[in-house]
Amino acid sequence: MKKNNLILYGGLLIFGLVAPFIFPAFKLQISFLWILIVLAMTWDVQGGQMGYNTFGNILFFGVGMYICASTQIGMFFPLAEWTEAGGEKTFIHTAPQYFQGFFAGLILAGIIPMVIAGLIGYGILGLRGHYFAICTLGLGIAAGEIAGGIEIIGAGQGLTMPPWPKNIGDTELRSEFFYFICFTLVVATFVFLKWAYSTRFGLVLNAIRDNEDKAEAMGIYTMRYKIIGWMVSAFFVGIAGGLMGNMVGYIEPVEVAFAGPTFGVFMVLMAILGGKGTLWGPVIGATFFHLFKEGFWTFFLGWQYVALGVLIVVIVVFFPEGIMGWLREKYPERFGEVIDEADRKAQVILK
Amino acid sequence: MPPLIGGIFFMDLLIFQAPILMVQASLDGILLGILFALIAYGMALQWGVMNIINIAQGELVIMGGYIAYFMYMTGIHPGFGIIVSPIIMFFVGWGLYKLVINKVVDRDLFISILATFGISILTQQLMNFIFGSDVVVAQSNFGTTMLFDGMVTLPNAKIFAAIVSIVFAIGLVAYMRKSKLGRAIRATAQNARAAKILGVDTEKVYAATFGINAALCGVAGSLIAITFTLHPYVGLPYTVRSFMIVIVAGLGNLPGVALSGMGLGVFEEFADYILGTEFRIGSVFMLLVFILVYRRFKLSRKREYLK
Repeated sequence: MKKNNLILYGGLLIFGLVAPFIFPAFKLQISFLWILIVLAMTWDVQGGQMGYNTFGNILFFGVGMYICASTQIGMFFPLAEWTEAGGEKTFIHTAPQYFQGFFAGLILAGIIPMVIAGLIGYGILGLRGHYFAICTLGLGIAAGEIAGGIEIIGAGQGLTMPPWPKNIGDTELRSEFFYFICFTLVVATFVFLKWAYSTRFGLVLNAIRDNEDKAEAMGIYTMRYKIIGWMVSAFFVGIAGGLMGNMVGYIEPVEVAFAGPTFGVFMVLMAILGGKGTLWGPVIGATFFHLFKEGFWTFFLGWQYVALGVLIVVIVVFFPEGIMGWLREKYPERFGEVIDEADRKAQVILK
Repeated sequence: MPPLIGGIFFMDLLIFQAPILMVQASLDGILLGILFALIAYGMALQWGVMNIINIAQGELVIMGGYIAYFMYMTGIHPGFGIIVSPIIMFFVGWGLYKLVINKVVDRDLFISILATFGISILTQQLMNFIFGSDVVVAQSNFGTTMLFDGMVTLPNAKIFAAIVSIVFAIGLVAYMRKSKLGRAIRATAQNARAAKILGVDTEKVYAATFGINAALCGVAGSLIAITFTLHPYVGLPYTVRSFMIVIVAGLGNLPGVALSGMGLGVFEEFADYILGTEFRIGSVFMLLVFILVYRRFKLSRKREYLK
């Protein structure tokens, strides 16, 4: 078992490292897949492991994106003038400036959403069930609307990102660079969450999901763990947002940054499709979803959101257990569950 | 000047130096709030009876509005939308129940939220295909009323909308009290299982409830078509407004729904004047967050939580 796992992880790691050279045409697509996996996995910390169905993680995505962009620009040039210049490039980053700004921006894009999650966590995470879901939905949309009214970050028109410096390489190098940053992020997220779920932290999250009142009665400060869980999510989602902004090259408050109807729903859907509350579920779900989505977006151009709506209804209504849940029901032995044959036969379905 | 600080100065100006604007905003808000209360009434009905939260509520409203707009385009006065729209929307709601909602009624609330979110994206997109993504308005040509020597102007369409909303709300309350179906709905809301045992066809009651909710949305939508503007993507704020009104008033508290609806309307008009129109929708969503967090802190003193 141990050896098999090693082969699996090694194989995936090698695939990730060589993929941009085997499929050069799909480099950008695979980078987006890594981002989607990060979003699904971090959503699962709340939605799956902790039982708090959030629509609000998109808030950290957008905040990370704007923070990263403003740092990249604001470190070297006045932000307001950059925004005013819009599409015309009056300021050009040199290569060292670009990379300094980029990494500083990414770090801040992780830390500031984390701090925000910590600050608002005490208020918001005290809500439960559907109140939490609706409240976080409102939070994400409010953030988009408010960002659309702030002049210095471009208001409704949006903000263009600094372009890739000209004298160090072509767009191929650019997409390889972003590919490896995305891959590093997804590996870091996976390893961190795998470790976190194996500690007491993971057990507490599951206890909160199963029965929060009892967990509290056992002497666990559930609020502390809930806030830490949200901060972890916010950190990784914020970095993913910063990367996404750079890859897209253009930030718009409602369509790109605080994109509730696209990324905000995608992350929920991917985790549910793969199987909530499992480590691998979001990864599998995100992969399948990305394949589906690219198919829809190519073949049903113009109808993609109709297809998305139908897909949401079908997955949620008919397939709420997800792929991992289905596998678990089919092959319980593989998941380490022992089932007594006599017991299974003796079961009577009450209807 | 940053908008918020500007807002504080402006508020000072508004209250002490521009009482006319205050009266105007309050009256606008109250008339608007009555309309919101009608939508919230439908929300409370389905939440209480079926225990689902319908994110597609706003889309049902906009769909009803587009029915009135379609009538306006074909040359019929859009005011008649208040009769046609609920009839069509009742069947839309009934069909929606039979297709999707009946599968999520007994399940977790989050499933119903997500499933109706899917319906909401779907209907938004379909309306975008059929009616285009332009902002449209159905002209009613009702004229305006001047108050206080023409210092406060009220469009007659808004007054018409408020009166129609009140009539429909009172009619529905009477229907719920007196008719057989109304009694069956109230019985199911109290205890679905007991109602089933006593011979109520709960499946039919649920379908009728969802249909009535959609019909109310249809009325509200056709009123919005003549008083405000329509756009395929503005449904979600209506959902959030009605959700907010219901949680402030509480399920089954009809005077509360009317009052908190008017309160929300007034709040929105003032936010519009003070912060600026670009922050109007944002302030509605922020108010939702504040209300929920405020109630959470109030309840947590007694070690309780919202449920």
